[in-house]
Amino acid sequence: MRIIQSSEVAKRVIAKESLFILDVRNETAFEDWKIEGEQVRHLNVPYFDLLDGIEEIEDQLPKDEEILVVCAKEGSSVMVAEILEEEGYSVGYLSGGMKAWSEYLEPVKIADLKSGGELYQFVRLGKGCLSYMVISGGEAAIIDATRMTDVFMDFATERGVKITNVLDTHLHADHISGGRQIALATGATYWLPPKDAVEVIFEYAALEGDTSIQIGDTKIDIQALYSPGHTIGSTSFIVDDSYLMTGDILFIDSIGRPDLAGLAEDWVGDLRESLYSRYKELSGELTVLPAHFMIIDELNEDGSVSEKLGVLYKQNHGLNIEDEKEFRELVTGNLPPQPNAYQEIRQMNMGKIQPDEETQREMEIGPNRCAVR
Amino acid sequence: MSSTTFLDAKGLACPMPIVRAKKAMKDMQTGDVLEIHTTDKGSVSDLTAWAASGNHEIKDQQQESDVFKFWIQKG
Repeated sequence: MRIIQSSEVAKRVIAKESLFILDVRNETAFEDWKIEGEQVRHLNVPYFDLLDGIEEIEDQLPKDEEILVVCAKEGSSVMVAEILEEEGYSVGYLSGGMKAWSEYLEPVKIADLKSGGELYQFVRLGKGCLSYMVISGGEAAIIDATRMTDVFMDFATERGVKITNVLDTHLHADHISGGRQIALATGATYWLPPKDAVEVIFEYAALEGDTSIQIGDTKIDIQALYSPGHTIGSTSFIVDDSYLMTGDILFIDSIGRPDLAGLAEDWVGDLRESLYSRYKELSGELTVLPAHFMIIDELNEDGSVSEKLGVLYKQNHGLNIEDEKEFRELVTGNLPPQPNAYQEIRQMNMGKIQPDEETQREMEIGPNRCAVR
Repeated sequence: MSSTTFLDAKGLACPMPIVRAKKAMKDMQTGDVLEIHTTDKGSVSDLTAWAASGNHEIKDQQQESDVFKFWIQKG
């Protein structure tokens, strides 16, 4: 029996390799959230239905392919994998279960920057979160960091660069930000849009128009990119005059939802203004780098999530709704369920509550659901 | 008269609470109640799903600090 790490699953999902998953969580958990990929096939049978043996599902299991058994935290998948192995199947289990999958970040290099640095995207496949690191001249900036702060800090250490600036495009509601923790650990400056930070209880640097941040030789230009709508403070950045970090305002195949702070009706106008006026004034040649993806189809061949702004204006349905009333209905009336524990996550990102790590994991269970399509 | 069997599954991680519960149920009569205490958060949704899948009925469910208590009637 093989112990299969999330990193291997991530690489196989990105490479569109065939993968057969026996997911032994209960049906509700499976329906809510699972490992997705173009060539991923699932069979969901709860482990408690397999305690007496696997006869009933044998005709649904492949004989000539490795079976990846997955559960919430690992324990049940080990038990089921042992049963399968005894029956002669080729089998492995996901180390750490869906908990580990949710926390795994796959770093993908987006580009060498014109000014001599590098830009990386950290793809959190299990939850659809995207974080970024800009490296230039021995310094690094991190944008929209997730809770797994070690990944970013180790990545910087391996490259011998010092993290000097940490930025969040907005106050996140779907995942716990690692921004403040990284700033505390490294002495970096933590930037937040002040309109989202009214209730935060810690020190931060105000991220607003006319701010320009220098990372080594790379300029992160924030000027004129206040882009409210998902939250009132949502701010976009242009990195190296080429990359537009849109946060949760604009995704590849969807747009941001305006309701997670309870103010959909108030913010829908801002969202329209940001998407249909402010971004439209920018060059279509800018590469859009969002803070999320929703579906695995949004991944490029190399596992990255990005597209030219001009292409999105042609292809993204959310950018092509002429009628303002129709747009309003789409983003206020057609909303998916809200992310798990999103109110507690907002509280935590404001510094108001500090639950232990296990509770933080529980808060982040499930998909991100920050978008409307 | 139905009787109640008590199962202490505190401190046990998934899948053990349900493995033990299933084993205990085997020796019980239809209508008997299994009272089970767990501390694993995942056991809450799993016990609910397991009971439904085995046609057992959850008669009561309580939480006292970190301990989850279930009363499940064998179906």
